[in-house]
Amino acid sequence: MSVVALAGNPNCGKTTLFNKLTGLNQKVGNYPGVTVERRSGSANFAGRAVTVVDLPGTYSLISRSRDEAIAFEVLTGHGEEAKPAVTVIVVDASNLDRNLYLALSILELGHPAVVALNMMDVAEKAGVHPDPEALSAALGVPVVPVVAKSGLGVDKLQAAVVEMLNRPVAPPARGWHLDEAVERAVAELKASLHAPERPENAAEGEAVWLLSSLATAERAGTLGTEDDPFVSFRDLGPVMDVARQQLRLLQDDLPAQVIQARYAQANQISAQAVRRGEAPAVTTTDRIDHILLHPILGAVIFLGVMALLFQSIFAWADPLMGGIEDTVGFLQAAATSALPEGALRDLFVDGVIGGVGNVVVFVPQIAILFLFIAVLEDSGYLSRAAFISDRFMARVGLHGRAFVPLLSGFACAIPAVMATRSIENRRDRLVTILVLPLVTCSARLPVYTLIIASLFAAEKPVLGVFTVGGLLMLMMYVLSVTITVAVAFLLKRTLLKSPTPPLVLELPPYRWPEPMSVARRVYERCKVFVRDAGTVILALSIILWAMLYFPRQVEPSFDVQREKMLIEHAYQASIARERNESKIAERQASRDEAWAFIDRRVEAERVKNSVAGRIGHGLEPIIEPLGYDWRIGVGLLASFAAREVFVSTLGLVYGVGEEVDEESVPLRQRLRSEVDPKTGDRIYTPLVGLSLMIFFLLAAQCMSTVAVVRRETNSWRWPAFMVAYMTVLAWSGAFLVYQGGRLLGFQ
Amino acid sequence: MTLDKLPTDKTARILKVEGHDSVMLRLMEMGLVPGTPVRVRKRAPFGGPLELKVRDYLLSIRAREAQGIVVETE
Repeated sequence: MSVVALAGNPNCGKTTLFNKLTGLNQKVGNYPGVTVERRSGSANFAGRAVTVVDLPGTYSLISRSRDEAIAFEVLTGHGEEAKPAVTVIVVDASNLDRNLYLALSILELGHPAVVALNMMDVAEKAGVHPDPEALSAALGVPVVPVVAKSGLGVDKLQAAVVEMLNRPVAPPARGWHLDEAVERAVAELKASLHAPERPENAAEGEAVWLLSSLATAERAGTLGTEDDPFVSFRDLGPVMDVARQQLRLLQDDLPAQVIQARYAQANQISAQAVRRGEAPAVTTTDRIDHILLHPILGAVIFLGVMALLFQSIFAWADPLMGGIEDTVGFLQAAATSALPEGALRDLFVDGVIGGVGNVVVFVPQIAILFLFIAVLEDSGYLSRAAFISDRFMARVGLHGRAFVPLLSGFACAIPAVMATRSIENRRDRLVTILVLPLVTCSARLPVYTLIIASLFAAEKPVLGVFTVGGLLMLMMYVLSVTITVAVAFLLKRTLLKSPTPPLVLELPPYRWPEPMSVARRVYERCKVFVRDAGTVILALSIILWAMLYFPRQVEPSFDVQREKMLIEHAYQASIARERNESKIAERQASRDEAWAFIDRRVEAERVKNSVAGRIGHGLEPIIEPLGYDWRIGVGLLASFAAREVFVSTLGLVYGVGEEVDEESVPLRQRLRSEVDPKTGDRIYTPLVGLSLMIFFLLAAQCMSTVAVVRRETNSWRWPAFMVAYMTVLAWSGAFLVYQGGRLLGFQ
Repeated sequence: MTLDKLPTDKTARILKVEGHDSVMLRLMEMGLVPGTPVRVRKRAPFGGPLELKVRDYLLSIRAREAQGIVVETE
């Protein structure tokens, strides 16, 4: 099947056109080895089946990083992708100069292309009237005016592509020239790039690209690093040597010369082919910006929008998540009664259904966050938000675009990590991803609540308006923000050393978001999460379940039958002469309760002997300096499924039952009264509580985050690093708090 | 005069983009090449970024980067 590539600037309507062309037949994946998303779909162009590939939106082909080199790789067939037979260059008619600059760079590569002149309606309104025929004459390729949003002209575009597929015409040679030295270097390089089966201008275009990209990457310091734009061009090996030699002979402003020459040509073309009428003095965008970027009003609106976004993922997702949890519980109960008892049933009920629940429960937050982001992005506000928050983010060394993901992290790191996609630079994206799990997410709250309520005088007033509990909670948030910022600051200066990313940010005109495009993006994000991260989460859920479940054959330390019999005897004796029906029912209930207590003790002993329990025991020497015993070790292990699982696991190991939450009074009492069998001291002192809270603040106790980081960084290396550094941080923090506290005489 | 000093809503022409480091090249790729008219449309508070009008679109850059762009008013 012929491949048709869509290329163009960001915000030029390329994705809208892609959606129009492919409908619902789309696939999302990653380009191999990088985090750039690969979007393709099948379509029918005037009776001809084609594969459409949507290239990442870019302003320029000159590459200083691997991510940026993707477009060139695909367009020229140097990467692993099949070379497109025709490239559709989407050009925003209302912003012609800059779009023509990219169009010229693509045409210089010498492959058959068609220009889709998009947003004609917007251009006309702004008083810009491009003449498609004059443009076509100047560019030497067909130019088809379209309005991707409404679908106007899309059929003509398809026909032009099919015509080009049937009778390919290479675009004319590059229309600008530089001084003799540069031209000689290009000619030298062209000779070593030439291959007889390729279009005649391809070698020359690639030579220009190679020289300008090499010089730019040299300046950006990416050569030889893993960001090196040329790593995947193995077939270019000897050519690269020629390019390096030639570059040494040239002035060091070669890329600047190339950019200026191309822009000069773009200016000339747009002067010839565009009639400029009367432009409105004040546009709608001007008027909206006057309010949204107002020094005071703008800041207030920004805070309001962010508060709304935060509130929505924090609170609005809650009923949906509750609904999912209820459904999972219902399915588990139904499966339990429908299947014969045994390990297989438990695997299915607790491992599989529970694991699927662990995946699906994140979907509401992801959907809501991406609904917000899609609306903000398509309306043009997301860039304004970055503009407003840049001042603060730059202090840390991050991009303004890191603000929304970091804020979302307070609800949940999973959608937040997915939202870092809008950060262009790979290193800055990585730093943001790596610190996101340090932001206090909502799953930590049950753990904090249980600890504060059990071990501190939470209700005790402080200074009249505050309480101990409230202040402790506040302290956890302040610590979280401080540490997140500090680690980001450190990572930017050490491991992922890079200058504060420049803010070169287009502020697109305000537009109404299209509901279909928004819905599609929300759906796509959820799908990618369930498919890519979900598999890992499910697998880890089952492993964790098995660790707590096996081995099954455990001899209880007491005679279960005998104890149950004793209870039964006592019960029988107590009702022997009882006639009062309600009294009998009461006694029966207390007998059942006593039996259940015995069952829970058996279950608790089983947990103690399970793989997880043994690991917990094994961990004791490591966690003892933090003030923890093996039970907490089991809880920490189990909380890897999700932090809040810590609470129910403690319920399990203490025989209070698994169905507890942070509000559970028996569990709180149990924690308070638990003593060390050897010394008789309380195990859970306020100091241990503080040490535990610090541990939870800093540890990467969440396999779903690990899974989603793997998906977004396309490697296991970064999630492994994240878990390692956070565990070290958590252990050290808890150690300092516990041992320091003891030195100061606290308990 | 450098672009960061250009008064708001006054149009100037770019004379020179100083330094050819990667950031300056990026600015040129975005259309800030010598000869191009440019206008500062807004300034973010507390010394935050500038919003420029250049070639039919709006571009935001930091004052630090704007210092490298030499302009002349007409």
